[in-house]
Formats: sequence, C-alpha cells, structure tokens
Amino acid sequence: MSADATTIAPYSHLGPEPIDARALEARVSGPGHGAIATFAGVVRDHHEGRRVRRLEYTAYEDMAGRVLAEIVDEAARRFGTPAIAVQHRLGALQVGETSVVVAAAAVHRREALAACAWVIDEVKARAPIWKKEFGDDGVFWIEGPGSCRASGTPAGTG
Amino acid sequence: MTIRVWFFARFREAAGVTAIDFEVPPGTTLAALWEMVQRRVPALGQESHPLMAINQAYARPEEVITPGSEVAYFPKVSGG
Repeated sequence: MSADATTIAPYSHLGPEPIDARALEARVSGPGHGAIATFAGVVRDHHEGRRVRRLEYTAYEDMAGRVLAEIVDEAARRFGTPAIAVQHRLGALQVGETSVVVAAAAVHRREALAACAWVIDEVKARAPIWKKEFGDDGVFWIEGPGSCRASGTPAGTG
Repeated sequence: MTIRVWFFARFREAAGVTAIDFEVPPGTTLAALWEMVQRRVPALGQESHPLMAINQAYARPEEVITPGSEVAYFPKVSGG
C-alpha cells in the first residue's frame, strides 16, 4: 500500500564525486515510508594504532558496480522495500570525508534499520574496493581485517 | 586460447601492469592460471589465497575458464 513503490527503485553508484547523503535520503523517501535509516562511513585519523592522513580508494570498477547493484536488489527482496540506495566514493579522501553512504527507507523503522545495516555489511564484505592508507608510519594497503605495507614505500614517507 | 588477466590493488602494484595476456589450454582452471601468474610475477609468489573472479563475478579456484572470459585476481577487499 505505497503509491511510491512504482517510482522508487534500488539505487547504487560508485564514483569519485563527493557523496550527498541528503540526496540519497531524498531518493528513498516517499509518503508511504515512515522511516529512513542512513549510514555514513567517514575517513578517520587512526587505524591499528597508526596516524592516518588520507585514504585512497580504488576498485575493480565494473565488478564493484555490479556487486553494489546486486546488494541493493537483494536487500530490497530481503527486507521488503525497494527504497534502498548506496553510493561509494573512489579516489583520495581526507580525514573527515565521507567514503560511503547507505540510505534505506521502509514503512517502519525496524526494516529500515535492518536493511541499512545489512547493506553496509555486504558492501564491506563483497564489493571489490580497496583502501590505501597514507600516514605518519608509511603507506599501507588495507586488506580485509589486516593491512600490508605497500612495496617501495619505507616508513615515514606517507 | 588467450585469456587476459586483470590485477587490482596491491596485486596490480606487484605486477606493475593492469593486465597480462596468457595463452592457456582448454580446461584450464582459475587455480592453474594463478600458478602461471605466479611464475610470471614472482612478487605474487607468496600469495596463497587470492580472491578470483570470472566475468566480474566471484569464482572458485576449481572453476574452468572458457574462451573470452575476463579473469581477475585480487586481495581481500576493504571498501566502506
């Protein structure tokens, strides 16, 4: 019983442009939706005890685009709402900049919150996107829960 | 058949190129092609469990590569 079900569709985007969280929320909002849950991932200034200055995000862009689309489609089925949007940024990001936003809307809060949490978990687990960390201790590739010093980049050159 | 193998993230830095073409016999699996990659790119010789994809979808090491496939190997992902 929502008139907007015909106009709101799962949405995903991957690209270098800054992310407008409000625009994603507008994309999923509608008169039948009583709840919007939004998650924003932000570049922080430390990781595993190291001081982080910036992150560079790269991706297997064609595949990552497909995976993001699959995730929002699957979330729509799983949580019974088509109002799911995700946008992930690529390129160099400074501390405090937003790297990813998920917005999920539903009739009630429980579905919106659950869908939002599920989508960001799946993005982190499945999307072929990588962080390269530049900081006071050098340059590191972040790989899953671990990290690995980038080759040819001795400590302190970040 | 010629298969173009794509590398990403740290693997791309190790290879020094974005992709390498390999001549492989029919029936070659992703695991077998990865061994060929490691012989060609010694810097990847210690990587025992790369993630693998065929035609932009995750695939298992035993999967057989078909002509025209796009193959990629890469480290654990860290988006978000």
